[in-house]
Amino acid sequence: MQWEVVIGLETHTQLQTNTKIFSGASTAFGAEPNTQACVVSIALPGVLPVLNKEAVRCAIKFGLAIDAEIAPRSVFARKNYFYPDLPKGYQISQYELPIVGKGRLTIQVGDEEKVINITRAHLEEDAGKSVHEDFHGMTGIDLNRAGTPLLEIVTEPDMRSAAEAVAYAKKLHELVQWIGICDGNMQEGSFRCDVNVSVRPKGSDKLGTRREIKNLNSFRFMQQAIEYETRWQIETLEDGGTIQQATVLFDPDTGETRAMRSKEEANDYRYFPDPDLLPLEVTADDIAKVKATMPELPEAMKARFEQEYGLSAYDASTITASRSMADYFVAAAADFGGEAKLVANWVMGTVAAKLNEEGREIAVSPVTPVQLAGLLKRIQDGTISGKIAKDVFAAMWAGEGNADTIIEKQGLKQVSDSGAIEKIVDEVLAANAAMVAEYKAGKEKAFNGLVGQCMKASKGKANPAQVNEILKQKLA
Amino acid sequence: MSLDLSDVKRIAHLARIEIDDAGAETALHQLSGILGLIEEMQAVNTDGIAPMSHSQDVTQRLREDVVSETNQRELFQSIAPAVENGLYLVPKVIE
Amino acid sequence: MINSSLKELATLLAGKKISSLELTREFLARIGRFNPKINAYVTLDEEKTLAQAHAADARIGRGEAGPLTGIPIAQKDIFCAKGWTTTCGSKMLENFVAPYDAHIIEQFDRAGAVNLGKTNMDEFAMGSSNETSYFGQVKNPWDKNRVPGGSSGGSAAAVAARMCAAATGTDTGGSIRQPASLCGLSGLKPTYGVCSRYGMIAFASSLDQAGPMAKSSEDLALMMNVMAGFDPRDSTSLQRDKEDYTRSLNKPLAGLRIGLPKEYFADGLDAGVAKVVEDAIAEYRKLGAETVEVSLPNTRLSIPVYYVLAPAEASSNLARFDGVRYGYRAPEYTDLLDMYCKTRAQGFGEEVKRRIMIGTYVLSAGYYDAYYLKAQKIRRLIAQDFTEAFKQCDVIMGPAAPGTAFKVGEKTADPVSMYLEDLYTIAVNLAGLPGMSIPAGFSHGLPVGLQIIGNYFDEARMLGVGHQYQQATDWHKRMPEGM
Repeated sequence: MQWEVVIGLETHTQLQTNTKIFSGASTAFGAEPNTQACVVSIALPGVLPVLNKEAVRCAIKFGLAIDAEIAPRSVFARKNYFYPDLPKGYQISQYELPIVGKGRLTIQVGDEEKVINITRAHLEEDAGKSVHEDFHGMTGIDLNRAGTPLLEIVTEPDMRSAAEAVAYAKKLHELVQWIGICDGNMQEGSFRCDVNVSVRPKGSDKLGTRREIKNLNSFRFMQQAIEYETRWQIETLEDGGTIQQATVLFDPDTGETRAMRSKEEANDYRYFPDPDLLPLEVTADDIAKVKATMPELPEAMKARFEQEYGLSAYDASTITASRSMADYFVAAAADFGGEAKLVANWVMGTVAAKLNEEGREIAVSPVTPVQLAGLLKRIQDGTISGKIAKDVFAAMWAGEGNADTIIEKQGLKQVSDSGAIEKIVDEVLAANAAMVAEYKAGKEKAFNGLVGQCMKASKGKANPAQVNEILKQKLA
Repeated sequence: MSLDLSDVKRIAHLARIEIDDAGAETALHQLSGILGLIEEMQAVNTDGIAPMSHSQDVTQRLREDVVSETNQRELFQSIAPAVENGLYLVPKVIE
Repeated sequence: MINSSLKELATLLAGKKISSLELTREFLARIGRFNPKINAYVTLDEEKTLAQAHAADARIGRGEAGPLTGIPIAQKDIFCAKGWTTTCGSKMLENFVAPYDAHIIEQFDRAGAVNLGKTNMDEFAMGSSNETSYFGQVKNPWDKNRVPGGSSGGSAAAVAARMCAAATGTDTGGSIRQPASLCGLSGLKPTYGVCSRYGMIAFASSLDQAGPMAKSSEDLALMMNVMAGFDPRDSTSLQRDKEDYTRSLNKPLAGLRIGLPKEYFADGLDAGVAKVVEDAIAEYRKLGAETVEVSLPNTRLSIPVYYVLAPAEASSNLARFDGVRYGYRAPEYTDLLDMYCKTRAQGFGEEVKRRIMIGTYVLSAGYYDAYYLKAQKIRRLIAQDFTEAFKQCDVIMGPAAPGTAFKVGEKTADPVSMYLEDLYTIAVNLAGLPGMSIPAGFSHGLPVGLQIIGNYFDEARMLGVGHQYQQATDWHKRMPEGM
């Protein structure tokens, strides 16, 4: 039988606020345990929640970015369950009436574009952390994270492969950073995905029973976990078994998923509107104010880049895959002033490769956009060739200075003086009589060999176009 | 909607309150009495009535995103049942 | 002196006729004498109390005194007070020393009042007789075989026995007004949102409201001037201009329209209580008020609605008592689940567990619509009853409780009979309206309260209505024998 996998994602993004969603405690990462756990964070008797304005702004920004409806009135509810990292015995979360309604995100898988529908996004508070190092058989609880604002973003079950799920997650990851609502740091847990996976016979329109893979914090693990889970479900069904709805964890060491023990019993969360909080009202004016602070979104920027810079759709899409890359490109192109296509090629090629090689972010690239533009100007005005430029770039990367300094210091300036080139050509012709004979006998290839010799003799500095021209004259 | 003993035990478990059989019997009797009282509501026609969560028709006030809390761990943990290295200790959590 | 009004005490203090230290010592001495029999206080801390009195005297000396500076006040043990054991009447918090102050406590501190101690109460404010307190039952100073009412029973008994100048209470379904009625004092539950709930241990968040308990309406007004006010730490605290609650005390009653809900004078009301309430209303007519019959048709439904909404909210509010960060933890357990279940089974009393279980049930899967949502809809109908009634009158009057103080143990076996104690008070909480009880006479030697219900934010008028009656009568000056 042919099987089809159906995937939906729930992503918890920690919002970039200074304070927690319902208290004035700091959200800075990495503090000593429980030093950022205030009276509200540890749920002392009598304390009350007051909503953080910035968390609401972040949610509105996200809603605008995915073209979603922003609820004029949304409600916070209590999700009741006991767990040691949940100090109140309930999590405050939006349930029936979330702040962000239906929206969409377009992803690119290979050459295909696909729209992933987003069901909703709602505000809620994060839980604390359990520290499982051994405290005489006990678990330690750190409530610094408790109350950190989260936006939970839920998709429709629209994805049909691990690749699509990962493409969506990456796109979302870029978007939340692009609009400045999340730092995207997956190691620190700022961006965590729960993936719902089910399989069904291809062609069926009925959804299979799903299992939820919890807390995936890397795209590689997500890919592996979905692939494993899909295989496991198909094998189970083909062996005549059935799938039980479950929450599972992915173990990166074994590459397998396993059901969580603590979630075995069916939960009854007893949601009800939190009486300590009032309905959240978002007016058209509030939305307009946030809109005014929104950066240009990737889609719009991509279209503009095609138009304004004459980039191909592919180049524009690559350049706008991250805000920092787009910013870099724009800064370099502005300073360069010439053909933007050259800037795009360098940003996507040499710069990206070098960053990738060293695992660095473009925002902290050793070669700044202005420096890159300086290099490209020298290519444009014929001071150096594209090939020499690569060497100059490497030297710039190593911190040896800007392009002009390096060109000057290493004497890499292209030779365009026709007298000097003629001299080189004459020497090469004299030393390579055999090749000249071959060329004259009709072997076109020999011409390239002679060009190569000339370039070599000039240590790559001769202007290739001039070399060509002069050679042709001399051989005519 | 009448309760039985298994309901009482299920509720007690959800509420994390230990209850033995005798306790469940007593609770069943008393809770049934209270539910009997509550049952009066069902006779009321509430079609088209909006539920009322708050007595005043006001909306949520928002707080500026400014850190106002300082570290008071020592004070807060001085009243905790079990702490070590700044962490609250609980019996082992199994995920 | 112990019978002096707050205004009189302030005058004595300002005129240096007496120091706060002397006044405080006098009350502490009375507490030493009477509290062992009445059990109104659960926590006393003479050192802290006297230090506050000392500071108050210094402040008076500097000429910076406010109306309550140096006056000894009893605080219901539901308010967190930094450095004070704050138990909420529960074994769960037997050793809980609050690490922060409730807004109400801060307000009294700012006013320079002296905290005499923390008063006994029904556990987590769940009860109408003060019999659910882990720290023993409070006796009614008028008859020690009887209950003081609840849940603010300790505060009520402390005021009635003159073991404080005034006290604070909280009222979720009648917990200020019913004990005020049963102990012969004045008590006000303000409009929901007027007093901050920050630091007040939550029972039912959408209904809980703090308020003053004192000898007279005038005293309540002075207490309100300290207690009321916006607090940004409570999202349900209302942003309103500061008001002077004494401003209408001397307003004559001529032309006042008093609504008398027929449902409040029907079956279930004790005949003796009815007589006292009717006499009080007759007195109001003499003072120039008019009466008009009004109807609050959904009154009876307020009890079922309350016993869905309050336990539902409570079941969630009390989930934080899990033995992890503070409070009681069972001494022995096998694992995490067992720790939770034993801690909560041992730390909570029977009534609290009952209400947690009811609340858990009505919110559980499959029952939410039939119980919780239904109750919220009827809550609106109940609130609308008042809106209609207030089209015809300025205040509503009736009994505060269906009877006088009942005997200890009389209603403990049957929770439902206890719940009916709040028949006339609960609807006010559901609607979020202000309500008060003032002493109106006696039935068989026991105090009876007259309930006055006002429209939203009409506390100043209500206090005036109470004060005018207290100018014409002396029920509020009566004191239990032997005190």
